[in-house]
Amino acid sequence: MANPKIIVVGGGLAGLSAVIKIAEAGGDVDLFSIVPVKRSHSVCAQGGINAAKNLKGEGDTTAQHLDDTVYGGDFLGNQTPIKEMCDAAPAIIDLLDRMGVPFNRTPEGLLDFRRFGGTLYHRTAFAGATTGQQLLYALDEQVRRYESEGRVTKYEHWEFLSAVLDSNRVCRGICAMNLRTMEVRTFECDALIVATGGIGAIFGKSTNSVVCTGSAQSALYQQGAYYANGEFIQVHPTSIPGEDKLRLMSESARGEGGRVWVPKQKHDKRDPRTIPDSDRFYFLEEWYPKYGNLVPRDVATRAIHKIVYENDLGIDGQPMVYLDLTHIDRHTLDRKLEGILEIYEKFVGDDPRVHPMKIFPGMHYTMGGLWIDFNQATSIPGVFAAGECEYQYHGANRLGANSLVSCIFGGFVAGPEAVKYAKGLQKSPAGSNGHFDAEKKRQEEINSRLISSDGTENPFRLWRELGDTMTRNVTVLRYNKSLQETDTKIVELLERFRKINLSDKGAWANTSFIFSRQLYNMLQLARVITQGAARRDESRGAHYKPDFPERDDAKFLKTTKAYFAPDADEPRFEWEAVDTSIIKPRPRRYDMAK
Amino acid sequence: MAEKTVKLKIKRQTGPNTESHWDEFEIPWKPGMNVISAMMDIAANPVTKDGKQTTPIAYDSNCLEEICGSCAMLINGKAKMACSALVDHFEQPITVEPLSKFPIVRDLAVDRSVLFENLKKVKAWVPVDGTYDLGSGPRITPQQQEQSYPLSNCISCTICMEVCPQFNEGTGFVGAATISQVALFNDHPTGAVLKEERLHALMGDGGIHECGFAQNCVESCPKEIPLTRSISRVAGQVMIQSIKDIFSS
Repeated sequence: MANPKIIVVGGGLAGLSAVIKIAEAGGDVDLFSIVPVKRSHSVCAQGGINAAKNLKGEGDTTAQHLDDTVYGGDFLGNQTPIKEMCDAAPAIIDLLDRMGVPFNRTPEGLLDFRRFGGTLYHRTAFAGATTGQQLLYALDEQVRRYESEGRVTKYEHWEFLSAVLDSNRVCRGICAMNLRTMEVRTFECDALIVATGGIGAIFGKSTNSVVCTGSAQSALYQQGAYYANGEFIQVHPTSIPGEDKLRLMSESARGEGGRVWVPKQKHDKRDPRTIPDSDRFYFLEEWYPKYGNLVPRDVATRAIHKIVYENDLGIDGQPMVYLDLTHIDRHTLDRKLEGILEIYEKFVGDDPRVHPMKIFPGMHYTMGGLWIDFNQATSIPGVFAAGECEYQYHGANRLGANSLVSCIFGGFVAGPEAVKYAKGLQKSPAGSNGHFDAEKKRQEEINSRLISSDGTENPFRLWRELGDTMTRNVTVLRYNKSLQETDTKIVELLERFRKINLSDKGAWANTSFIFSRQLYNMLQLARVITQGAARRDESRGAHYKPDFPERDDAKFLKTTKAYFAPDADEPRFEWEAVDTSIIKPRPRRYDMAK
Repeated sequence: MAEKTVKLKIKRQTGPNTESHWDEFEIPWKPGMNVISAMMDIAANPVTKDGKQTTPIAYDSNCLEEICGSCAMLINGKAKMACSALVDHFEQPITVEPLSKFPIVRDLAVDRSVLFENLKKVKAWVPVDGTYDLGSGPRITPQQQEQSYPLSNCISCTICMEVCPQFNEGTGFVGAATISQVALFNDHPTGAVLKEERLHALMGDGGIHECGFAQNCVESCPKEIPLTRSISRVAGQVMIQSIKDIFSS
């Protein structure tokens, strides 16, 4: 038979990993991406990638990596796939090393490792403070090699609109739009892999890139795919507040010895450099002596919230705390953290080698995503998912430096699984090729409705309202009353979306038109996140309800699965048991050794 | 007291083959504002300084952290990344124009795919045998890593090409970014297996000899990559290779 034809949507680490595996297995790939793949959001990952290589004589093992990941995720992650990921991680690092990633080295020329949150081991390989960039480039280069051999065809500046499903609801292709010509086209494939990353835009400002809208995941959810654990949203404890986005200050700043503190005295106006140690409150070190500044992200985030909002100890009364590197010598900082220090310097204007940085928690990552089985297959036959857009590896909270390894591992599983599926695929039912035309027509109708809509609503302003509401009510602290109000607000925004007025009616590279299409999908997915949070009356990992402060395994040691009810135009929910076949759930505490 | 504002003058063009024009905007100032956040505010209220309704501005952007390389444009005449261009650092009105040496898509968005094509021509990759487990990579000293790492920080923004007097249709010059990637991969113990092919790709029309050592690239690079050093090193390698070629032919 002919080579299997696979479509991969998304060219970050997960997508490119899948592409490489498929090309290597002899498959042909069409790779779709909104941006040139080298500009994907994976470039933003800073700190590193985890693998229990045990090169520091600490006795680290992949079993320990598994335990840290499951424990850090508050036992919501399925343990079998997490174990496979942790077992595969050391060889993934070796491969990246062979591909030329400029990882930092020890004097002997071996890979250097740093500590990250949620573990007591040096398990994180890193390339300066731009690890994601370096990893993405290494994979991008391998894909470019396959591209020049004709195995991969790139469709950059194309946006995925929907899957083409046959009468048996089996995926036969995709419908996509060219972001310049605005042409809507269908493409055939034997299997589809979505690797479309995060959903930060649903929260307005986040640490994510502009393209991280979750639009593709939402479109598939609206076509019948399950979406799992949507309510688990990671708020990174240390981001730099900004007008256009929240810029990440990597956990590696704390991994290399950075200390979080506030002045003990409320609204202390002194220059932080003149405040003596005795007048500083190193609250993470005091509250969590074992892990100190390297508690997991959800723990650090809530601690900072408590300091600022309950104790009113934010810097000068503002929602900010210090992240201090000034006690570390300049040469070490430059060698290990230069990239992230530059970001702070460039966007804030202060040199963090001299001035303690001012930081605050910001929306960073979704642990939830498209539901997949242990082979990365979604609930739509022929559609696979990998990377941040799926839910498999992080449970209720992701540990730092586990995202890069989960992206690559997920892609490495999804690629071969898609090829295997494609080889066993039955032909489309006879006489049913009309589904391509039907899907194209459906999408073109959505487009013409949107472009001819002549109401009064500006899509960018609707988006800001969505982001403000989601950030206020569906991030760090969650109350059922405000979750209910948020869902009502989203319904109102969906209503107002019908009265949108595009100031740009052009048929060429119309960015507000494209954004409006994404916005609709963001609104639909926002309801999944919000209602999922409302239904989970417990606190687990990143999901925290002050009215239900304890984890409740009896009721909620379960995966949330949402599906779209088209007639009601809203999500419905089911629960699924979590795979705890390897490690028995136990209480999660970071104020003592586990 | 009147509220503090930001004035911008933006060069616009609805498509590749239409005439360009300027639109002026005056919008409320906010602390920490950069050129991208200013254009986001314009999108939320697309009205010119004269009160005329217009369309949101089309531009490329993604990470807004100066690491994806998307948002290069001319700001007050200089090629810069718009996300890190803080408005407080520029004289107003801030003029914003698309890069001048690449085909215009719309407004400030240009087509820079030529760089990615060039990277194919010079085989800018390490040709690994496969993705299966073959053990660890070659040992690399910290000193070697510290030499490679800055070159590997290239974000493909194409600013070095924009500012290069030799980068034009007449010469077909590949530009500094591509040459620097050749330096990077020729240095790598495994990547070096393609060294000869890379050097041959840099001989002939548009090759490394087109460089006029104007030094604009190294001065404009937002990542401060030592581009001229890469060019000198690769030029040396090309020269040695051409001598080898003479004796082996």
